[in-house]
Amino acid sequence: MGVLEDFAGWVVYDILHMTQGEPLTEALNFFIYDTLKIFILLLVITFVVGVIRTFITPKKIRDFLAHRKYGTGNALAALMGIPTPFCTCSVIPLFIGFIQAGVPLGITFSFLISSPVINEVAVVMLLGLVGWEITALYIGIGFVIAVVTGYVLGKLGLEDQIEDFVYEVKSKNTSKNEEMTWKERIKIGWEESRIITQQVAPYIIIGIAVGGLIHGYVPEDFFLHYAGPGNPFAVPVAVLIGIPLYSNAAGTIPIVQALMAKGMAVGTALVLMMSITALSFPQLLILRKVVKTRLLAILVAILAISFIITGYVFNFLIR
Amino acid sequence: MKIEILGSGCANCRRLEENARKAVEKTGKKAEIVKVTDFAQIASYGVMRTPALVIDGKIKSEGRIPDVDEIAKML
Repeated sequence: MGVLEDFAGWVVYDILHMTQGEPLTEALNFFIYDTLKIFILLLVITFVVGVIRTFITPKKIRDFLAHRKYGTGNALAALMGIPTPFCTCSVIPLFIGFIQAGVPLGITFSFLISSPVINEVAVVMLLGLVGWEITALYIGIGFVIAVVTGYVLGKLGLEDQIEDFVYEVKSKNTSKNEEMTWKERIKIGWEESRIITQQVAPYIIIGIAVGGLIHGYVPEDFFLHYAGPGNPFAVPVAVLIGIPLYSNAAGTIPIVQALMAKGMAVGTALVLMMSITALSFPQLLILRKVVKTRLLAILVAILAISFIITGYVFNFLIR
Repeated sequence: MKIEILGSGCANCRRLEENARKAVEKTGKKAEIVKVTDFAQIASYGVMRTPALVIDGKIKSEGRIPDVDEIAKML
């Protein structure tokens, strides 16, 4: 990425004539470099995933997961959630479709958790901003938490917590099932790439700008005092703040990355990112339409506990 | 002809509706555009990703936003 670094430096020092070493200069330098890098990565990767996605449609996933056993079923569901993002507004039709086709409740939730946490946008942001080690950790932990949460939820036998109308919806199977040509798949891939990039662009720009300001202005080691490995409350506080917050991976990751650079412990940072992306208050409200409050409370509890344990474990392991 | 836009009213659904409207204008066909926002009703089409485009009861696209020309062809 040397070319991009040179470009950002050229804009800041030569075009804008800013003084090297000043916080604003460095913040702007960071901002230009990071934004360009992320957008280039994003366009390429969303295109590739967009093409892959024309092969694995939600219907194929649904049929593949129907009547699976807990355990392997959860792992498969979490795996399928990775290349299949859906917007919050698709949660309900997806949930109804899965349950009706006989996908067990806990397996459905493994999918619903893995999908917003691990996706190509999150991977691009992490790869671009924090390197592959943390990216791999993030994917691994997100996967395990999606599997475990869905498994526990499934074993609790909460099927009575699904609203009755979910079973009563009569679905006509009017779906088209034509084979697509490669030309069509590539067209759809580009279309997806453009739409996703457009959608997350404001989040990325705001996220990177805020991250850049933190880089430039917050004193070194500031978070080492408050959220470093020495503070035992940092993990639960991060999780409790993160769960109700609504943001996607694009907006969250650059900010958390900056917090990490200022001393936030890695485990705390990881679970902060995940608790923000996995679940949010608006999403709980939407889910409430198809499942009862008790199930949602249990879901939040399982997620919070697994995030907190994960945070402590990784703060202990990585120092 | 009846065109239905399935979706809960997020930005993508509005964009799809706009494209459908333009496509109708472009082709000069007589078509009625209806928005379906009720979740139970959306699910009853067997759709799992919104927004979806349904023309005369047939699902034409799902989870994506076809452009004006593509919708015009469907009409």
